[in-house]
Amino acid sequence: MTSQSPEPTADSRQPSALYDFENVIVSRNGTTILNGVTASVPRAGVTGIVGPSGSGKTTLLRLCNRLEVPASGTVRFRGADVAAMDPLELRRRAGMVFQRPTLFPGTVRDNLLVAAPGAGQAQLEHALERTELDAAFLDRTADDLSGGEAQRACVARTLIADPEVVLFDEATSSLDAAPKTRLEQTARQIATEEMAVLWVTHDLAQAQRLADYLLVILDGAVEFSGPTTGLADANGKVQEFLDAG
Amino acid sequence: MPGDVSYIGLAVSFVLVLVALGLSLAQRLGIERSMLWAALRGLVQLLAVGFALGLIIDPETPLFWSWLWIVVMIAIAADTVGRRAPEAPGIRGIAVVALAAAAAVTHGVLFGFGIFPLEARALVPLSGMLVGNSMIAAVLVSRRLVEELRDKRLEVEARLALGLPSLDAARPYLRSSIRTALIPRIEGVKAVGLISLPGAMTGLILAGVDPVDAVRVQAAVMYLILGATATTTAVVAFALVRKLFTSDHRLVELARPLEG
Repeated sequence: MTSQSPEPTADSRQPSALYDFENVIVSRNGTTILNGVTASVPRAGVTGIVGPSGSGKTTLLRLCNRLEVPASGTVRFRGADVAAMDPLELRRRAGMVFQRPTLFPGTVRDNLLVAAPGAGQAQLEHALERTELDAAFLDRTADDLSGGEAQRACVARTLIADPEVVLFDEATSSLDAAPKTRLEQTARQIATEEMAVLWVTHDLAQAQRLADYLLVILDGAVEFSGPTTGLADANGKVQEFLDAG
Repeated sequence: MPGDVSYIGLAVSFVLVLVALGLSLAQRLGIERSMLWAALRGLVQLLAVGFALGLIIDPETPLFWSWLWIVVMIAIAADTVGRRAPEAPGIRGIAVVALAAAAAVTHGVLFGFGIFPLEARALVPLSGMLVGNSMIAAVLVSRRLVEELRDKRLEVEARLALGLPSLDAARPYLRSSIRTALIPRIEGVKAVGLISLPGAMTGLILAGVDPVDAVRVQAAVMYLILGATATTTAVVAFALVRKLFTSDHRLVELARPLEG
């Protein structure tokens, strides 16, 4: 096996971290998007990644399932360098829910079967149940669903593959207030089932009510990382962002 | 010979170009110059090709020159594909491989089974039809595939994020672009004889060949073109997918084409 986890060496890393970012730099078309990010994400609970638009938070999230690769620096998943992992295995272990619902053409059942080709009826229904959709949705077509239902079906599609972490990328930004609250509740619920959640948002209030742990990103750098309750002790730049939000 | 057009006849047929020019002038379409240029340029090109073909298909000329002619045709066609689908990365090289594959498959059948004699007068024009049609199919499929993957990036990335390998993530878009490139060809085959009389058959009938004999030739040519375009689109689409994703299954950045 080539995917043996290397021994963690840097003492700045939390031994129990789910993700470790070490001096990560990402640039695109000559613009620096992440400028030397060093941070950790805990193994359990909801971690909020919050910052204004264009701050680099989505890029940070996409490094977690290797839809993005850094120009330099290291990203570790449970201590293993993701650059040395099979990207397909990493993506099965780290599911992602996108900003807009991304259901494929066909029924919800078809969608779930893309993620778990051998899934039986009970497994399909259980996945929907976890996102508060009843079994009747299995035969509904993607076009027939409301935005909130479609996004929850996307969460179900991610959960049926049994990932260790779910990466939410501004997943409620296209939703109205009620479906937004329901999706937040779903995310909270998933996180208590021994599965970590990373929740990217520009909505500070949402991050504060949802997340146990926060990373605040401003201009491509992590300016605060710690329990949500410790936000009051953050530096001046973060306080300015908090005041503006 | 019924199809023999004299130089005087050719000059007289130019009257029809003058009719088109007159229309452009009367309606102030402003396309007289390009119309005249196209008519003259087309004539010169055809005369040059006719002269060169005359040399190549002479029974005394070694077959090597026919093969060389085909190689040059494929190179020019691949370059044309590259210019017409600049948004598709590495498309020139892919087109060379695809056109060569199409030629190998179709010529293998046509000449391997003795449907046509392996002589320059069959090899060169049949290759011309094959390369011309395959080139159009290559442009269609490559443009469509890039467009689909660019416009449905989110959906493609959602598939990748589920742990699907890039070929599986691209498959629905691959299928629809191959379909797009082949459907006009299939529709054309369906309409043949009812709406249009194809070029090869028209030419043969004009040259005095019995229409039923002309039909047999035309049908073989039609199947040649169908086989060639199917081979070309499949090779182009599958090869292009490999260029549009990185080895670690990420979709590359796809620029919009600059519309001329």
